[in-house]
Amino acid sequence: MLINRPSDIVPSEITPQDFYARRREFIKAVGGLALATALPQSALAGDPLRVTVKSPYSTSETPTPLKNVIAYNNFYEFGTDKEDPARNAHTLKTRPWTVSIEGLVKRPKTLAIDDILRLAPLEERIYRMRCVEGWSMVIPWVGFPLATLLKQVEPLGNAKYVELTSAADPATMPGIRRDVLDWPYTEGLRLDEAMHPLTLMAVGLYGEVLPNQNGAPLRLVVPWKYGFKGAKSLVRIRLVEQEPKTAWVRAAPREYGFYSNVNPEVDHPRWSQGSERRIGEFLKRKTMMFNGYGDQVGQLYAGMDLKKFY
Amino acid sequence: MFNPNPRQLAGIKAILFAACLLPLLRLGWGAWNDELGANPIEFVTRSLGTWTLNFLLVTLTVTPLRKASGWLWLTRIRRMLGLFAFFYVVLHLSSYLWLDQFFDWTAIGKDILKRPFITVGMAAFMLLVPLAATSNNAMIRRLGGRRWQALHRSIYVIGIFAVTHYWWLVKKDVALPGVYAATLGVLLALRVLWRYQEKQKLRAGAVQRNAPGTVIPITSKR
Ligand code: HEM
Repeated sequence: MLINRPSDIVPSEITPQDFYARRREFIKAVGGLALATALPQSALAGDPLRVTVKSPYSTSETPTPLKNVIAYNNFYEFGTDKEDPARNAHTLKTRPWTVSIEGLVKRPKTLAIDDILRLAPLEERIYRMRCVEGWSMVIPWVGFPLATLLKQVEPLGNAKYVELTSAADPATMPGIRRDVLDWPYTEGLRLDEAMHPLTLMAVGLYGEVLPNQNGAPLRLVVPWKYGFKGAKSLVRIRLVEQEPKTAWVRAAPREYGFYSNVNPEVDHPRWSQGSERRIGEFLKRKTMMFNGYGDQVGQLYAGMDLKKFY
Repeated sequence: MFNPNPRQLAGIKAILFAACLLPLLRLGWGAWNDELGANPIEFVTRSLGTWTLNFLLVTLTVTPLRKASGWLWLTRIRRMLGLFAFFYVVLHLSSYLWLDQFFDWTAIGKDILKRPFITVGMAAFMLLVPLAATSNNAMIRRLGGRRWQALHRSIYVIGIFAVTHYWWLVKKDVALPGVYAATLGVLLALRVLWRYQEKQKLRAGAVQRNAPGTVIPITSKR
């Protein structure tokens, strides 16, 4: 590890933003060589990640400031207020951490997180993120395609869906002790959605290891779907034949569908989905079909009635 | 028993008035120092909504408190509290119309019709307008105490609408709306209880119209 500091303090909390940026430059300059040879033995929130690929999938829009990305989160395992995860997630232990990939696969595997970090070159993907509550951000994620992980285990012919399960440890996740959702949090994708090159396994943001409140150590990011599809702190990925019942579908099936593609035409009873507030902006902007990723993913839904399959 | 003279009462009212402005000052201070979090517009709208509800419930607590303490003068600060509830709902609504929707009237119209929590919030607001408009001595005199009182009973419905508004707007965690609902439930149950007791008394022949159970308008001709 390059810098020793308690893992539960977010760097921006103790360091002013401009110094923080300069510090990162410093790390890049001094640490570049060391990092180029090996990843940190045990990467913890805030540690730099070696990002080798700038992705063509990145948007050129201005990223939402780091201080907002790490302070305004929906992560009910740590409380239902937006500020709760930043306050409470320091208790999450991200090492040791394993993820089991199982179900309808040829080679089921249980991988340690540090091996997952070495699985593929880490890419920076600057994605729009649209929350079902009507706000959005632009986040520079670090990660690799979920497809890379799935190819490791060789899905069988009858595998049609992927179910992703988050950690649910009442000892370190205080929100689990209250039954606001049916724990553990689960999400799901159709296999072709999961294999789509835009679908990301994120391990970091802003060039550094994922802060706990953003879903450390490993989370899903599906930029053309509402943010809640991006299950956090994953412990299990299972390939299945039937459409999995996700946590939000179980909680309120009339409000949340399995697909949950960003769609300005389909309103939620509480939030109009026609427009959104980009965090940091005053005026709302129009929400785009598939969150602006229609060219890449539209064909996945050819012929489907998206008002019915919301 | 504590019974303030007119000067003391004026002092109490002045302090209370200043205290009622604190939530607004806090928001102004937070906005000035950029301390309202990542989504300041949401923060402002929500905070003003919370304080509207707080003031509604505090207003509804005045009469039970008066009965429990015997402090009749409490009724004389009730109007100010009720008007502050209205003050905060006007700000809450303005924050929604201006900061949140930026006067996009099509979107606002759609919201009021299609989003149940906005529909019921709007209903609560509409019902509050006549109460605020009649919260002065001249209007009480014009309406007459009895009609004034009948009109102002709509505060009970407003309370129910307000809590429903809150209940319906949260995504999943209804713990806090639940606390508000329970508080309102107790306050309304007390009214039902008093009515019942009064009926009992009437039946027993002890007709006493001005017993503490009767809500007396602040200034009436009686
Ligand atoms: C007596 C009337 C009203 C009361 C007591 C009230 C109370 C509240 C409360 C307690 C909240 C939630 C605060 C929180 O989550 O912490 C809220 C939110 C909200 N209210 Fe009201 N409200 C009233 C009227 C209205 C009206 C007339 C409108 C608009 C037409 C409105 C629009 C909203 C909106 C949009 C939110 C959600 C803000 C957000 O989540 O971003 N309310 N209100």
